Amino acid sequence: MTNVQKNRLKDQLFKFWGIACTLIGLVLLVIFIGGILIDGLSRIDWAFITDLPSRKAEKSGIWTPLMGSVWILVLTAIISFPISVAAGVYLEEYAKKNRLSALLEINISNLAGVPSIIYGLLGLEVFVRIMNLGASVLAGALTLSLLILPIIIVATREAIKAVPGSIRDASYALGASKWQTIWNQVLPASSGGILTGVILALSRAVGEAAPLIIVGALAYVPFAPQGPLDQFSVLPIQIFNWISRPQQGFIDNAAAAIIILLLITFIMNGIAVYFRNKWQKKLQ
Amino acid sequence: MESRFISEINGKKNYSNTMSDMMSEKTEDAKTEAPIAEKYKLQTKDVNVFYGDFQAIKDISMNIKPKSITAFIGPSGCGKSTFLRLFNRMNDYIEDFKMEGKIKIDDKNIYKDKIQLEQLRKEVGMVFQKPNPFPKSIFENVAYGLKIQGIKDKKLIADRVEKALVQADLWNEVKDNLSKSALTLSGGQQQRLCIARTLAVEPSIILMDEPTSALDPISTAKIEELIHHLKQYYTIIIVTHNMQQAARISDYTAFFYMGELIEFDKTKKIFTNPEKKRTENYITGRFG
Ligand SMILES: Nc1ncnc2c1ncn2[C@@H]1O[C@H](COP(=O)(O)OP(=O)(O)O)[C@@H](O)[C@H]1O
Ligand SMILES: [Mg+2]
Repeated sequence: MTNVQKNRLKDQLFKFWGIACTLIGLVLLVIFIGGILIDGLSRIDWAFITDLPSRKAEKSGIWTPLMGSVWILVLTAIISFPISVAAGVYLEEYAKKNRLSALLEINISNLAGVPSIIYGLLGLEVFVRIMNLGASVLAGALTLSLLILPIIIVATREAIKAVPGSIRDASYALGASKWQTIWNQVLPASSGGILTGVILALSRAVGEAAPLIIVGALAYVPFAPQGPLDQFSVLPIQIFNWISRPQQGFIDNAAAAIIILLLITFIMNGIAVYFRNKWQKKLQ
Repeated sequence: MESRFISEINGKKNYSNTMSDMMSEKTEDAKTEAPIAEKYKLQTKDVNVFYGDFQAIKDISMNIKPKSITAFIGPSGCGKSTFLRLFNRMNDYIEDFKMEGKIKIDDKNIYKDKIQLEQLRKEVGMVFQKPNPFPKSIFENVAYGLKIQGIKDKKLIADRVEKALVQADLWNEVKDNLSKSALTLSGGQQQRLCIARTLAVEPSIILMDEPTSALDPISTAKIEELIHHLKQYYTIIIVTHNMQQAARISDYTAFFYMGELIEFDKTKKIFTNPEKKRTENYITGRFG
């Protein structure tokens, strides 16, 4: 066999290996989702979504954890968006490149890798105890905001970096100040990328259970939260709770709730991808 | 003087402050030098530029007359862009940039601390090598310079946008599509839009850094014609790689080589009877 033939063979082998690996992942995913669909699909109806929790599996609905998740999502968005975008703009546009900013940068990257349960402990100490917010939606949202801040900050910086320097030049050359250039040109041009980052970060937050359990979210809440200081549960916690019950009825409920949760994250990711594509096209 | 003239030809009150408003401080010194200011729009004296340890501009002194077209020529990397960008202080954003010497516009030193960059850039517009419209509508592109000055009067803005587009010879092509994205225009149209955007601010000097190098011959011819026409109102400095272009449109030509100004004279003289051997070699295509 010549060298060329050998290389070609290696090439083919590697290709098949890659395909096999991809297939394993895909097959596992299909089996997992298939199992959930079989268990849960028949359980989903309008009543399942709008019913309050109950001791009987077939009477239980997901209204309170669903509303809890919505509250958490909205509050987390309101809290994390302005803070992290401002931080991203500061770091990218204003921070002098010195040791302090390098340190900040390393810290932010590290924060993104901290296990979420640690954020729960921080939230418990700072928001629940010191700020005396109790096991409220607000405390949960603040905790999750901490969790996703580094993600949005990094996304904001990447989006700002992607704005062509020629747009900045043009703005400055017309007499714009730095702030005018950022506000009128850089931010609008990077908004698609920032929005993508925000939605992806939020879709991660909506799937979190561990930090919220630590903060004190409950497995059983009789009513949906009415205000930011109310008690709450969220879908992942409800799922966790149902799955740990022995009765098949609750297992089916858990599967149905997983379908709803997956649907929510798929939709959010879909929106994020849509914005990213639209944005990338706009920047050529 | 310049600015007043321009506001007259535009038939509107000039909203951008003139260079003389730019500096509140008026020294005796400035008064005694006044006659020169009448003669020269822009003067540089003993200018050196460093990027870190590398010296990009070496001791250049040059005087440019009002309402003239000056072409900067020379091989790549000889410092044309660096020198041009001194006049609206666009090099200020480069981290290890350092400049020595004096640059005066209308007899005001533009590198004094007191100068406001925003004011300077209203007076000194710039057109870049690659057309760089904002990813916004045609109208918004031209109105941007006015908007950032805080002008809110919609009628005034619309008038100035139209005037600028007419001056840039683009109005007839876009007047029905002002709200369309500027990115839908062709390259040549985009560059004329960038010129219009600059004109809308009513500068007195326009800097152009190889404005046609990314364009096809027809678009290039259009822009050359436009530059020729704009000369009656503006002082224009244009960097070009194209010898014929320099010869066609400029009144004066400056030849740069390795950061030095080798020769600066009437274009006709440079192209027919240059003083320096190096200049002759370059324009006849023997190097560079
Ligand atoms: N930002 C910069 N940092 C360091 N060196 C630079 C920078 N910009 C330009 N230079 C150097 O300065 C010299 C002049 O560059 P430039 O003014 O762009 O030349 P030209 O426009 O004539 O091609 C070149 O040697 C170039 O490498
Ligand atoms: Mg150049």
